[in-house]
Amino acid sequence: MSSVQLDNIVKRFGAFTAVEKTSLSIPEGAFVTLLGPSGCGKTTTLRMIAGLLDPTEGDIIIGGRRVNDLPIHKRNLGLVFQNYALFPHKTVAENVAFGLRYRNVPKADITRRVQDALDLVQLPDVGARYPKALSGGQQQRIALARAIVIEPDVLLLDEPLSALDANLREDMRVELKRIQARIGVTTVFVTHDQSEALAMSDQIVVMSDGRVEQVGAPQDVYNTPASEFVARFLGASNILGGQCVAHGADGATLEVPVFGKIAVPAAKAPHLQGQGPAKLVIRAEKLFLRDTPPQDGAITVPATVEAVDYQGQSARYFLRAGDTALQAINMIEGRPFDQGAQVHLSIHPHDCAALPG
Amino acid sequence: MSVEAREKRQPWILLSPALGAVTMLLLVPLIFIVVYSFWLRSATGPDVVGFHLDNWESTLTDPFYRFILFNTLKIAAITTVICALLGYPAAYFITRSSGNKMLLLLLLMLPFWISYIIRTMSWINILGSSGAVNTFLMSIGLISSPIQMLYNEVTVILGLVHFLLPFMVLNIYVSLDGIDTNLEDAATSLGATRWQSFLQVTLPLSLPGLAAGGLLCFVLGAGTYITPLVLGGPQDAMFANLVFEAIITQLNWPLGSALSMALLLVLGSLVAIYNRFLGMSQLTKGLG
Repeated sequence: MSSVQLDNIVKRFGAFTAVEKTSLSIPEGAFVTLLGPSGCGKTTTLRMIAGLLDPTEGDIIIGGRRVNDLPIHKRNLGLVFQNYALFPHKTVAENVAFGLRYRNVPKADITRRVQDALDLVQLPDVGARYPKALSGGQQQRIALARAIVIEPDVLLLDEPLSALDANLREDMRVELKRIQARIGVTTVFVTHDQSEALAMSDQIVVMSDGRVEQVGAPQDVYNTPASEFVARFLGASNILGGQCVAHGADGATLEVPVFGKIAVPAAKAPHLQGQGPAKLVIRAEKLFLRDTPPQDGAITVPATVEAVDYQGQSARYFLRAGDTALQAINMIEGRPFDQGAQVHLSIHPHDCAALPG
Repeated sequence: MSVEAREKRQPWILLSPALGAVTMLLLVPLIFIVVYSFWLRSATGPDVVGFHLDNWESTLTDPFYRFILFNTLKIAAITTVICALLGYPAAYFITRSSGNKMLLLLLLMLPFWISYIIRTMSWINILGSSGAVNTFLMSIGLISSPIQMLYNEVTVILGLVHFLLPFMVLNIYVSLDGIDTNLEDAATSLGATRWQSFLQVTLPLSLPGLAAGGLLCFVLGAGTYITPLVLGGPQDAMFANLVFEAIITQLNWPLGSALSMALLLVLGSLVAIYNRFLGMSQLTKGLG
C-alpha cells in the first residue's frame, strides 16, 4: 500500500496534448476516482501511473519513490481493464496465479493465495474453469482477484464496470467498494459514470480536456462545483448567468433572471472573487414544483411545464419561466404534473451555488 | 408452395451458381482423374479403358517414387519452418505498427500481382552465372570465374520461401491482430517482462494462425512443380514434377493421374488431421 503523487505531469502525443500540467496527491489507502467524459485524459493519466505510457514531463511518485524509469513489471501494481483482459487460454486459477509466479511464491502458497483471492471475490469454485465459461460480471471479479492477489501497492481500475449491464453494475459497485475497504489498498478508479464516482470515491478528480477541473469529496464536488463544466457534468443543473451585486464574508448576493436577487452562503461560493459577472447553479432536484406557493421562505416564481419525462418514482420536468428554460427533477407525490400545467417554482438560496461568470 | 418450403429452398437457389462451378470445375475433373488412374497406357494405340491397378501398384511400390515423396515432404517441411521463423517477426511488426499497417499489408500483397513463374525466374538473374551476385563478386575481384549457386536444393527452398512467405505472414498477422493488446499489458502489470508476456500470452494465442500458415505453406510447397523445375537440378525433382513428367513428357495420363491422386491423398490427410485439431475456420480467416 502506497501513496501516489503526480508532479506536474504532461502527456503529449505529437501536437496533441492529452494531459496538461497536472499535479495530484493520492493518500495511502484512499479510493480516488478520475471522472470525466471520454477524451478528458483520465485513462491516459491512469496508464502513466501504471507505466503503460511515459509522461512527456513531470514525475510520478509511488510510495515516496520516483517511478518514471521503473518498467511496468517492476511497479507492483494491480491493473483491471474494462474488457477484463483475462488470458483466454488459461484457467481461472492459472489467471489468478499468473502474477504470483513472477514473485517467487512457493507452490503451496500460490494455491492457497489463489483460493483466498477467489473467496474474496465470492467465486470460490470456478478455479478449474476457463474465463469464457463465466459471465461478464464473474470475469470482472476474476480480473479483480488476479490484480489483488499480488498484494499491489496501488490498484488501478480502468472503467471496470462499464462493460456490465445496469443491474450488475450496481451490485459490482458495492462489491468492489467492499473489497477495497477490506484490503485497504490505495485505489485509482477511472470512470465516465458520475453515479459510480459519487457512490464509491473518497475523493473525486473531475477532468476535462486534459485538465483537472476540481478535486474533492463527492459531496463537495456535487454541491459546490468549482466550474460550470463540473456543474453540468455531475447531475442535471440549471445555470443562470447574472451579476454578483454584493460579496462579503457571509456570502454573495447574485442578481439573476427569473429569481431576482439570491443570497448564496459563503460556503457555496468559494470561487467567487468579488462583484461582477457571476453564475448561479441550481441542481434540478433542488427546484421544487408546487400547486400553491409554499410558505417556508423559499423564493417562488410562476412557470409552465413544457414537457414531462416520467421516471417512475420521480419525474423530470422541462419548464419555462419567462424567457428562461429550466429543468427540475422532483419526487412524484400522487401524480406528476401534466404538460402545460401552470406551477409555482421554488428554490432555497442555501441550495444554490455561485460561480465566477 | 408454403413459406417454409420456400425458405428451405432459397439458400440452395442462391448457392446454385457456386455449386455448379465447383461441380463442373473441381469435382468432375477430379472424378475424371480418378477414373483415368485405373486405365492403362498402351505404347501404340489409345489408352486401355478398364479397371487396372497397375498404375497404383507402381505408384505405391516403386522406391523411386517413395524417395521423391519423402524428398518433397522434407523440402516442404524445411520451407515451412523457415517461413514461420521469418514470417512471425514480420507479422508481429505489422500488427504493432500504428498508422501504416495498411501500407505494409499492401506491400505484402504486392508480389502476388506478378506471375509466380516470373518471380521464380528472377532468381536466375540474381544467382545465375552472369547474375547480379556473381557479376558483383567478379568485379571486386573476389572470384575469377562464376560460382555455381543455382540448381540445388537450397535454391529450391529459397524459391519456395520467396513464394510462400506472404501466406505465412498474412495468417500469423490475422491471428496476432485478433489478440487484445490489454492481455500483454495485464501480463506485464502482473510482473512478467515483455518477453515473458510474449511467451506466456501472445505466442500461445497466435498458434492457430501459425498452424494455418504452416499448413498452407506446406501444402502449397509440397504441390509445386515450377520451383524445382526452374531453380532445381535433376536430383531436386519433387512429386509434382513426376506428375508433370508423366503427363506432359510421356503423355502417360493414367500413371500421371495415379501419381497426382497419391499426392492429393497424402496432402489431403494432412489437411484432415489439421481440421480435426484446429478446424478449417482458422484457415479461411487468414485467406479473407
